[in-house]
Amino acid sequence: MHELSVVFSVIKDCVEVAKENNAPHINTVTIQLGKVSGVIPSYLKDCWKWAVSRKGDKTDDIIRGAELIVEPIEAITFCENCKQTYDTIKYAKVCPHCGSDNTYLYQGNEFLIKEIQVDDEMPTEFSDQIDEDTPSPVMG
Amino acid sequence: MARVIELHKSVTESNDRDAEALRNELKERGVLLINLMSSPGSGKTTLLSRTISDINDELPIAVLEADIESDVDAVKIEALGAKSIQVHTDGMCHMDAGMTREGLFGMDLSGTKIAFLENVGNLICPAEFDTGAHKNVMILSVPEGDDKPLKYPLMFSMCDALIITKMDTKDFFTFDLDTCISHVKKLNPDIFIFPVSAKTGDGMKEWEEYLKKEVF
Ligand SMILES: Nc1nc2c(ncn2[C@@H]2O[C@H](COP(=O)(O)OP(=O)(O)OP(=O)(O)O)[C@@H](O)[C@H]2O)c(=O)[nH]1
Ligand SMILES: [Mg+2]
Ligand SMILES: [Zn+2]
Repeated sequence: MHELSVVFSVIKDCVEVAKENNAPHINTVTIQLGKVSGVIPSYLKDCWKWAVSRKGDKTDDIIRGAELIVEPIEAITFCENCKQTYDTIKYAKVCPHCGSDNTYLYQGNEFLIKEIQVDDEMPTEFSDQIDEDTPSPVMG
Repeated sequence: MARVIELHKSVTESNDRDAEALRNELKERGVLLINLMSSPGSGKTTLLSRTISDINDELPIAVLEADIESDVDAVKIEALGAKSIQVHTDGMCHMDAGMTREGLFGMDLSGTKIAFLENVGNLICPAEFDTGAHKNVMILSVPEGDDKPLKYPLMFSMCDALIITKMDTKDFFTFDLDTCISHVKKLNPDIFIFPVSAKTGDGMKEWEEYLKKEVF
């Protein structure tokens, strides 16, 4: 399964954004996951826990121990023939209303990083340094 | 105090960008990159070996072998006179565009017309990650059954070509070629399908003609 690779890629993106925003630590990461995205939430969470708690500098401290929140997105298919929608997981490719297979996935394969929740304060040792050497940073 | 930063970013976005860049760069160099995917043991290395023996003189081939850890496949390919490099995926279940780039440019590609990526044996993950290949080709072997397209629809719907291999074993398995083709065409009407036996060489000509048509 590719959950682990995906987890590394999410971590990388979140760490980058947190640093751009001068956030000292990420508390939670919220992702939106389509029900037919092919990613299994429970397995994703296991990979996540492992990846954010690795020893030493294998895990960036900024995301250490962060919680992963998964918001599911229902899988819905649209039928071109009768212009109705239906539950993809129950009926797959063939429309239950009219039997046509001229259908396409309207939503449900998403895998998005929605948002991160971060601490707003600079860590003490870092803010000390700023007080001495530089003007206070502009906070967003 | 805590605050929320919104990203609304697709997880595959960075990879998609890298993949597009790699695809363009290879095209400029005149190298056709083919991402070859299948379940473990379907016959990727055997098919590549046969293809190399048949057309390497005319269209020089390079092979990027992605394997969780071993390098037996790369050794086999090199013995046949094609260029080859092994990348270990360290437990990752698929190749992404960055790893593919690193692997490919670790080889001397001068004169190379076709580069194959032998992806990690797995039918779920590689389908969702763009490697930067120009064509995605899947191998299904007869023993896996003619209903496999029903179980892995995504893989079959995103491929440009499907090779149905080990056709020489057809009589020992309950595999109906027409049934299989109709399942696949339903998912992907435009796909090219090549039934072959990499063992006897049956059907290899059509597959190789396809390659000759696609090279830059
Ligand atoms: N009868 C027959 N056997 C084949 C054919 N192609 C491959 N095989 C056999 O299938 C087995 C696996 O073939 P490989 O080519 O190593 O398969 P692979 O997909 O590269 O395997 P991994 O790299 O381990 O995923 C070997 O024993 C091959 O000899 C074929 O067309 N006919
Ligand atoms: Mg192999
Ligand atoms: Zn309908």
